Amino acid sequence: MSQLGLDKAEVRRARTLARKAGRPIVKLAQQHTTVSVERATLRLAGLSGADAEGTPWVNRLADVVRADLEHSAELEGGGLAHGVALPVWDALVRGEAEDLETLAQKASAGSVRFRLPEGRDAQRARAAAKRQVAGGLRTIDRNRKERDRLIKRHGDAPRQPWIYLIVATGDIYEDIPQAQQAAREGADVIAVIRSTGQSLLDFVPEGATREGFAGTYATQENFRLMRAALDESSKELGRYVRLTNYASGLCMPEIATLAGLQRLDMMLNDSMYGILFRDINPIRTFVDQRFSRQIHARAGIIINTGEDNYLTTADAVEAAHTVTTSQLLNEYFAKEAGLEDWQLGLGHAFEIDPDLPESFRLELAHAMLARELFPDAPLKWMPPTRHMTGDVFRGYLLDGFFNLVGALTGQGILLVGMMTEAVVTPWLSDRDLALQNVRYVMNAAGNLREDFHPSPDGFIATRAREVLGESNDLLERIIDHPNGLLDAIADGTFGLMKRPADAGRGLDGVAKKAPGYYNPASELLEATT
Amino acid sequence: MSIVRPYGDTTGDGMVQLSFTLPLSSSGQHSKHAEGAALQLANKMGMDPALVVHSKPMGPDFTFFVVYGRVNHLVDTDQVEVVERDFPLLTPKEVNSAVKRSLRRRLVVVGACIGTDAHTVGIDAILNIKGFAGEKGLEYYRELKVVNLGAQVSVPQLVARAHEEKADAVLVSQVVTQRDAHLLNTREMSAAFREAYPPARRPLLVVGGPRFDETMAVELGVDRVFTRGTTPGEVASFIVHRILDGKAA
Repeated sequence: MSQLGLDKAEVRRARTLARKAGRPIVKLAQQHTTVSVERATLRLAGLSGADAEGTPWVNRLADVVRADLEHSAELEGGGLAHGVALPVWDALVRGEAEDLETLAQKASAGSVRFRLPEGRDAQRARAAAKRQVAGGLRTIDRNRKERDRLIKRHGDAPRQPWIYLIVATGDIYEDIPQAQQAAREGADVIAVIRSTGQSLLDFVPEGATREGFAGTYATQENFRLMRAALDESSKELGRYVRLTNYASGLCMPEIATLAGLQRLDMMLNDSMYGILFRDINPIRTFVDQRFSRQIHARAGIIINTGEDNYLTTADAVEAAHTVTTSQLLNEYFAKEAGLEDWQLGLGHAFEIDPDLPESFRLELAHAMLARELFPDAPLKWMPPTRHMTGDVFRGYLLDGFFNLVGALTGQGILLVGMMTEAVVTPWLSDRDLALQNVRYVMNAAGNLREDFHPSPDGFIATRAREVLGESNDLLERIIDHPNGLLDAIADGTFGLMKRPADAGRGLDGVAKKAPGYYNPASELLEATT
Repeated sequence: MSIVRPYGDTTGDGMVQLSFTLPLSSSGQHSKHAEGAALQLANKMGMDPALVVHSKPMGPDFTFFVVYGRVNHLVDTDQVEVVERDFPLLTPKEVNSAVKRSLRRRLVVVGACIGTDAHTVGIDAILNIKGFAGEKGLEYYRELKVVNLGAQVSVPQLVARAHEEKADAVLVSQVVTQRDAHLLNTREMSAAFREAYPPARRPLLVVGGPRFDETMAVELGVDRVFTRGTTPGEVASFIVHRILDGKAA
């Protein structure tokens, strides 16, 4: 029963439109591969580590394979178009090296030449590749079971919303005690913010890192260290503490893979954020995104989408419907990639100008709309940032109202707002005060939902219906473009940012698949979904 | 000379509030000791009498305090040093007509966040048509051509684009301050422009961000530093003042 009086036909239309807008993108993603998808495949097969200059072996190997195939004149579509799996395992089957790492070393020394195998050679290479990549997926499956076991043993977070706290020192060895302390103070989810700029690196740094800017690099070793530390905390506290990182930027598929291999529990993963806010090529993003979401689906990881970002650049009232549109698209792409409702932490944020009359009622309307549209998704509720100022007292009040909306709309994941948002990286006391704020509101009004029924013709319900209507209109406009969503992104339909499909970062790492393209990871993952 | 003191509820009472954390336990028998420590700090900071009105343990090793008290310091308003605005504040209309009159072409502004800084809030607040604090951004000014390069632009890229666009002014925003990145990046940027341009041709260099000190312009090698709360109108007025006055002279 809709509390907001949403018309069932309108809700159905929203999903139909999202599917219409999204389907050509999925097709496009299926027809292309990227350097990062290929490198993720090598990572699943167990290749890790880096050379003396810090360039990962997966980059070295993929680059040489691509260059070798590029130069064999009879191949069409460039060196990436057939995928790296066939040439790589062909070389292994031929006995060029005993394992992937040695092969990568030899390749970068120039002592191996790769070719595209044919006939029986191709079959052998294919079988060997599939066997080895399946090993990586088995590790991911084991980790998923291990998470379930640990949740059973230690217990889950005691209530919803889960309390989500951020650590970001730049040094993994500083992050660990901070994260453990945050867990003791009540965090159910720890997010380690990445170093500024990592999203634009076309490789994943290697090893434990101690130098980052406004965050810590996402690396396999950092993931492992932090997960191990939080396993200790989970044991100490008698509840499983979840770990979050970011599958975004140019290496989205690889980072998703590493998250699966190291049992991370949630990942930021948005379908359009990289395009709009990082100027990453749209096709690159959609291909990478689909692969990374297939991995997340397999790993039992909950994704968090990035709709809050729209509201930090556009007006939160005028652009409210763009959040809904993006949530619908994110939902479509996620489900297509095999994610289930419980894995969809669809984002939204409390960013309306507090000086605007009725701002709280508007926030409530938008949050309730998201709740009603996605009843089985653990929504991710993001605190005010844009209208936080140096007035920490006012900010504390604003965070209280943010928490109240969270309580009233049954949010699944609540990113705790800091009153010092605009001032400093959170101090110990800021975090403590912020958690007191959350606890007070949840204690005082956690069950207010039971009594709170907005009048069907009132301000809140009317506003929610209006936003859904505007979102459906926007989806219609997107579909009306000759090339649908891609053209809409190109002409600036989403905010002021115009992102044409033939521009943006990472474009040279995209290739259209040739008829003989083979990727064992994609094959195995498609079979799951 | 004019002397003032903080105002609580009576002129001259000198009352202030303060909150801080000490790495001390305040559980059980430690609670008096921790409060005493807080009081000692307040006294040393010039609060006398000081009253610890709230102390709360945060975990086993830390305590948070709120202290109210009277400070014995006096503020001499004649000795306050600030960078006063030394240019007239113009409306967008006045900016447009000034540019039209003196330049007879559009004035070109190139903006970017340099280094690894991905926080475009500052540069967007000044440049985007949406603007900030009720003022429209520079894109709204008809006679200004705005090229917003966005985030994570390298210094060589910025210099190249400034050349290409024949920039009159270059705006750089820096939010991230870890390891003084904002200062290092700004110095690198100003040095690169000095190297790439003869002094008379160099575009006006303006840097902004919440953690800058306005008095550091010379030290950073830029023409102006803007800090928190700066509005697009102030930036536009400054640019017009400096560039067009230069032309007149």
